[in-house]
Amino acid sequence: MKKLGKFIKGAYLGIIVLFMYMPILVMIVMSFTESRSAASWNGFSLGAYSALFADGDVMDALLTTLLVAVVASVLATIIGTLTAIGLYSMKKRPRAVVESITQLPMVNPDLVTGIAMMLLFAFIGIKQDFGVIRMIIAHITFNIPYVIFSVMPKLRQSSDALYEAALDLGCSPLTALTKVVIPDIMPGIISGLLLAFTLSIDDFAISLFTGGTSTNLSMLIYSKTAKGGVHTKFCALSALMFVVVGILLLIVNLRSISQEKQAAEQNKKVMRRV
Amino acid sequence: MQRKGTVIDVKRARIAYPYIFVWMPLFIVAPMIFVLYYALFRDGQFTLDFVKQVFSDTTYVPALWNSVWIALVTTVVCLLAGYPVAYILSHMKTRTAALVSMLFILPMWMNMLLRTLAWKILLYDDGIIINVLSWFGINSGQLLYTPGAVLIATIYDFLPFMILPIYTTLMKIDSSHIEAAHDLGANGAQTFMKVVLPQSVPGIISGITMVFVPAMSTFAVSTMLGGKKVLLLGQVIEEKFLANKSFGVGSTLSLVLIVLVILSMVIMRSVDRENGREGGTLW
Repeated sequence: MKKLGKFIKGAYLGIIVLFMYMPILVMIVMSFTESRSAASWNGFSLGAYSALFADGDVMDALLTTLLVAVVASVLATIIGTLTAIGLYSMKKRPRAVVESITQLPMVNPDLVTGIAMMLLFAFIGIKQDFGVIRMIIAHITFNIPYVIFSVMPKLRQSSDALYEAALDLGCSPLTALTKVVIPDIMPGIISGLLLAFTLSIDDFAISLFTGGTSTNLSMLIYSKTAKGGVHTKFCALSALMFVVVGILLLIVNLRSISQEKQAAEQNKKVMRRV
Repeated sequence: MQRKGTVIDVKRARIAYPYIFVWMPLFIVAPMIFVLYYALFRDGQFTLDFVKQVFSDTTYVPALWNSVWIALVTTVVCLLAGYPVAYILSHMKTRTAALVSMLFILPMWMNMLLRTLAWKILLYDDGIIINVLSWFGINSGQLLYTPGAVLIATIYDFLPFMILPIYTTLMKIDSSHIEAAHDLGANGAQTFMKVVLPQSVPGIISGITMVFVPAMSTFAVSTMLGGKKVLLLGQVIEEKFLANKSFGVGSTLSLVLIVLVILSMVIMRSVDRENGREGGTLW
């Protein structure tokens, strides 16, 4: 009876995992077909990959995506971290007001954030030609809340006594901030940065409405495949992205495991000293 | 909120001012006011014309219903299919569970349009699914460009967002509660209904919010897989803003979307408050 239960559980998990990976697998297989349309398989070839790298539009879009993601996630992390530290020292009432307004871009559907930004840019006159700048501003805006809410819990965990001790020992508030507070909340800042970067790379709806004449990868995929057939170069793109994402995720996970180990070691040392 | 002896530090609070007084009003508050303005004003005059137009039109109202029912069905299917996955995961050894949950996180990191594209390839007229079904003697007819195609891809896109928050809350359940229930004579089903399920409600609620809200505003999936047959609210909004430049109708439709989102959140929060526990989170 227990064995049967175990089998059913395993089988169910297997089916769901298959459901999650079948589409990805098909994309990877189709990236190696001779045909340039992803509808049918006819013989092995790496043609899809060379077509991908030879496609100027794809490369331009990739460049735009990376540029926007790097600039937006770094700036959002700086603004978000400083804001979180400031907010943490504020009175409860104004802090709550700011926090709930800040949540708006997280709560709103992307689409709404996108069109709202589009209306603003049209009003203040940042033209369509400045697509990259428009995208960067929009991405910073939707990234800031994620940074703030990654940093805030770390601030809550950190000890205020350390900051005060630094001040008592003659640090200026600025030095105390850079030498004590920021190192203390670093893990939160880094996870905020990573989150902002991945959200920015993945974004579609907000970029679609703010991008103007510039195109990021999501927008390109949408415009090239929404109607009609699928060129196999997009399968090649999927396969490559899947590998990159897999490796990144593995690194992040290994890092967190080694951090846990380090923390455990540290605890042991502290215990011994006590 | 317990804040252990934090000094309210007015000077330190100042570093939040550039965001609070410049970025937030300019890029969060002002854009939303523009949406409201375009929806309710024409040439500086207050008007309900757009609202009336939206609710009497023969394309907008069906699009609204399509969006709501696709989001509802997606949420229900994700919950029914995802809860058992989270439950099984929560009963695995920590290391194995961490590994298997990675399997569900990985696709979430893939670009959503590429994931949707994969379904287009699977559902082609001469594609794998149709061929496999015909081996079993099932004539499925056309699959691509049907409501079913849109539905399956939406479920696929959002399933991990249901599994992970439920898994997080299930992990937090104190195993002594379950042992106590067993000791007091409850069988497996009773323990599940009376102990496990109630304690996982916060996770269910964040899962529902994380699936329902984005599913309702999705539009790429239906453009790519629905052809012209399934029109969603998001597609109409996209068309109004990017093709027709009719900001008034577009903003009004967005306002409808916002109202629906707020409504669903209010309902979820009230359920959560009745339950009175800390919510499960994804990150």
